Amino acid sequence: MSQPFRGASGGRIERARQLSFTFDGRRYQGHAGDTLASALMANGVRIIARSQKYHRPRGILSAGAEEPNAVVQLGTGAGAEPNVRATEIELRDGLVAGSVNAWPSAAYDVGAVAGLLSPLLVAGFYYKTFMAPGGFWQSVYEPLIRRMAGLGRAPSGPDPDIYDHMHAHVDVLVAGGGPAGLAAAGAAARTGARVMLADEQTELGGSLLGGPRLIAGQPAPDWVAAMAGELAGCAEARILTRATVFGYYDHNWLGVLERRADRLGPSGTPGRSRERLWHVRAKQVVLATGAHERPLIFPGNDRPGVMLAGAAATYAHRYGVLAGRRAVIATNNDSAYGAALDLAAAGIQVLAIVDARWEAALKAHDTIQALGIERFAGAVIQGALGRRSVRGVRIVKLDGRGDAKEIACDLVLMSGGWSPAIHLFSQSGGRPAFDPGLGAFVPGVSHQAERSAGAAGGTMTLAGALGEGYAAGAKAAADAGFGDGRAPEAPHVDAEAGLGVAPLWPVPEPAGGSGQRGKAFVDFQADVTDADVRLAAREGFEAIEHMKRYTAAGLGTDQGKTGNVNAIALLSAALAKPIAAIGTTTFRPPYTPVAYGAMAGRNVGALLDPARVTPIHDWHASEGAVFEDVGQWKRPWYFPQGHEDMAGAVRRECLAVRNAVGVLDASTLGKIDIQGPDAGRFLDRVYTNLFSNLSLGRCRYGLMLKEDGMVMDDGVTTRLGPDHFLMTTTTGNAARVLDWLEEWLQTEWPELEVYCTSVTEQWATITIAGPKARDLLHDLAPDLALGKADFPFLAMREATVAGVPARVFRVSFTGEMSYEINVPASHGRGVWESVMAAGAAHGIAPFGTETMHVLRAEKGFIVVGHETDGTVTPLDLGMDWIVSKRKDFIGRRSLARADIIRPDRKQLVGLLPLDGQAVLPEGAQLVLEPRRAPPVPMIGHVTSSYWSATLGRGFALALVAGGRTRAGTVVYAPLESGIVAATITLPGFYDPDGHRLHD
Amino acid sequence: MLLIACPWCGPRDETEFRCGGEAHIARPKDPDALDDAAWADYLFMRRNPKGRHRERWVHAAGCRRWFNVERDTVSHVITAVYPMGKPPPGEGG
Ligand SMILES: [Zn+2]
Repeated sequence: MSQPFRGASGGRIERARQLSFTFDGRRYQGHAGDTLASALMANGVRIIARSQKYHRPRGILSAGAEEPNAVVQLGTGAGAEPNVRATEIELRDGLVAGSVNAWPSAAYDVGAVAGLLSPLLVAGFYYKTFMAPGGFWQSVYEPLIRRMAGLGRAPSGPDPDIYDHMHAHVDVLVAGGGPAGLAAAGAAARTGARVMLADEQTELGGSLLGGPRLIAGQPAPDWVAAMAGELAGCAEARILTRATVFGYYDHNWLGVLERRADRLGPSGTPGRSRERLWHVRAKQVVLATGAHERPLIFPGNDRPGVMLAGAAATYAHRYGVLAGRRAVIATNNDSAYGAALDLAAAGIQVLAIVDARWEAALKAHDTIQALGIERFAGAVIQGALGRRSVRGVRIVKLDGRGDAKEIACDLVLMSGGWSPAIHLFSQSGGRPAFDPGLGAFVPGVSHQAERSAGAAGGTMTLAGALGEGYAAGAKAAADAGFGDGRAPEAPHVDAEAGLGVAPLWPVPEPAGGSGQRGKAFVDFQADVTDADVRLAAREGFEAIEHMKRYTAAGLGTDQGKTGNVNAIALLSAALAKPIAAIGTTTFRPPYTPVAYGAMAGRNVGALLDPARVTPIHDWHASEGAVFEDVGQWKRPWYFPQGHEDMAGAVRRECLAVRNAVGVLDASTLGKIDIQGPDAGRFLDRVYTNLFSNLSLGRCRYGLMLKEDGMVMDDGVTTRLGPDHFLMTTTTGNAARVLDWLEEWLQTEWPELEVYCTSVTEQWATITIAGPKARDLLHDLAPDLALGKADFPFLAMREATVAGVPARVFRVSFTGEMSYEINVPASHGRGVWESVMAAGAAHGIAPFGTETMHVLRAEKGFIVVGHETDGTVTPLDLGMDWIVSKRKDFIGRRSLARADIIRPDRKQLVGLLPLDGQAVLPEGAQLVLEPRRAPPVPMIGHVTSSYWSATLGRGFALALVAGGRTRAGTVVYAPLESGIVAATITLPGFYDPDGHRLHD
Repeated sequence: MLLIACPWCGPRDETEFRCGGEAHIARPKDPDALDDAAWADYLFMRRNPKGRHRERWVHAAGCRRWFNVERDTVSHVITAVYPMGKPPPGEGG
């Protein structure tokens, strides 16, 4: 047996199942049912971690979620998980763990020299010590601190495991499966209510697993098993173990993290999610989250071997592990006496109880006397002895009488009273209240539909917990509409007295002390001492939230579960203000850390965001198209041939459109079918120009503004019937425009009878453009009259194209003769292939969005989102021609605001670099005097910029202050590579009169 | 995560909805009658009360209908849900 601190018997572990694990590279044995903490303790491993600031050796303080010290790195490689509490890690065979804040190991840590720097690391050291000299922060201090304060290492690759999200609607959610929670869940489930009981541990029972209590004359685990069995038999009840209720949000919405499987290690099951994040909406909530024992504050209270008394009892009872051989217990309340009896029974030699109070409960006093445990009344520990492990204590009387007494021991147990775990209550919006009798904060008035029961509500006796649990469960069910609210009768348990806590906040200084005592820790994880809290108070950080941030108390990954109340009490003492007046900090979710993987669930990789593809997508892919993302759409960017690069492909595609014919998949254009007797009047209000006078079968380009006058979207709308229009929108704005139309119809103009329906995905749109477009369309639709008079520019015809009924729109975004052939989506691929086949004779080339952008920019056509950014009006774009003077429309009044008509606003212009080979980068800032001393006024920026194969030169569109009056002016773009000069022109470089469109 | 009772679909999670800001701001009947300051007030100025507030919400990932919600901005308690165009509960109409 290689586990020297494992008791010969006892505990809930499976002694027959031996598990092997490594910590900091050394191999150890444990048992099924162990936590990593209990197994390390059984093996006599005392130093688990190094503290953040001082690199002091740290051991295990607690036995649960509140653990501040024993935080480890779990696993390796991509499956590594930093900052996990050893007290919550279920031991499994092959588990690999290591310390997070030490090198090469927690036991032998090079960084411990940081302890020598400790005078520099007092409260607020971030703000003071490292302020000067300038530049040193980045080069010296920050890397130094980062290395010293290592908080674990990130995984080396993407998380290999899968995570699920679950959704549940319940009548009663019970958080915590100890005596109060089990009673509450049982009472609620008996009414037929839908009940969810979530407990963070591997088995139900909570505090009952850590002590020898009797319920109805039977061992407590029997009662736990009976309650679990009863719940399992209720069809509407669900028990989640290994499940932490981590967050309490608005409207009784709670988050529960359920741990289901290990990493894909030896025991992992492929395909099974590692964790489930439950989204629970509960009508009623019962908080039965128990309480956390508080440490006492004395020098050396962080030495390995100094731990919480209740935790030591839990290790003995639940895991059959002895936390040490010879113990001294320090307390300010009665609960430590029970722990003393438990530990003595488990085989630990309890040497003494150091009780800060003069009188302890009589019964407890008698029992320890019978065991020969020495009792020091009115006494405290002046300091723990030992560095790497505790080896004794110095005990002094609080009144200073008599000599200090030293006792050699290897275990020091602290009980500073118990703090209800009010985290979820606080998260729910409730304000905690200070209970002086308990020396702790308890739930105050409820803010949401919840109630606390048992220790979570400040009731520290078992009988009280059971009674409150049954009552809370029955009342919660009744409030949710189930049962009469009468609590079932609680089983009998032996009566106990309360804790009799005598708060012991200020650390007593030794009589005639020199002040040269060691560090006494308040927050173990953040390495905050009592002196830090007092320093913060002296320096004026008197509000609790200020003290917290200045000292970092409570800012660790443990959120100060064990330290907060002590810190608040010390501040209260330093300021001579009552604790109730100091108040407590706000607890925020999560209660314990939640992995990003669990938050993401299945929404990762390809499932992060939907990918939308057109009906012709597979053809593009098979032709080697390079795609670009436009919103959620995958659009062909360009179609490289052979070894062509992007520039080469775009040049070829552009020339094909200008000289022959090109074909573009425009199916992603937003299409909104608008019908109703008021459709025309409605369009008049949402577009800057008039639509109610549009003739049947005709198309019109429209500009849409927001009410502030800024351009929001543009597109072509066609009148299909007297009360029927088809609006097109930019690809990225389709959903936004539909929402926009609905908002105005529903909220502002409900009297208009108009119906808007998205038909984007119902139609495939195939755009053919180029001087040969008409010939090509004739081949495809021989019956369709295509003459200039028969089918003019900006008209729509219904026709049969390639044997498929189609709407053909004669509109153009490229400046060439162009037809947009719309066919039902299911025919999109077939018609596209017909177009390609018929187009071969005309020299057709498929083109992508890049070519489309070059061609439209050559024409000076804007793209919403390129030439506009939410601060650009139609006047800025020189598009006054589209702004009606005869009617009101959304945004019109704003166009008359003084700021909008300023002549020096940025206006759309063209740019021709003096060096014809130059292509300006988009976003480049423009100045008039590039060589003057800074600051150099920036008068504009480049919005679109391309190489034009048609013009044989680079060109750009830009927004320039007062730009339209600056035609001919040379502006400069100062770039990293040098200054590029360009001449301002009017926007529009190709066929400015539009002959090619109208032909 | 608020639980919002859509008048058409019933109580649903907040993530299905989008908030459209303060309710009961009517578009001026004659924008030209407003000076720049009054127009800017309509455009930009919104109340940000601590306590009871009326907002427009739309069931964006549901029935896509707009409606009004009366919500306490501190407690997040929703005290009323009522149709567009109707006055707040207890205020005329
Ligand atoms: Zn709805």
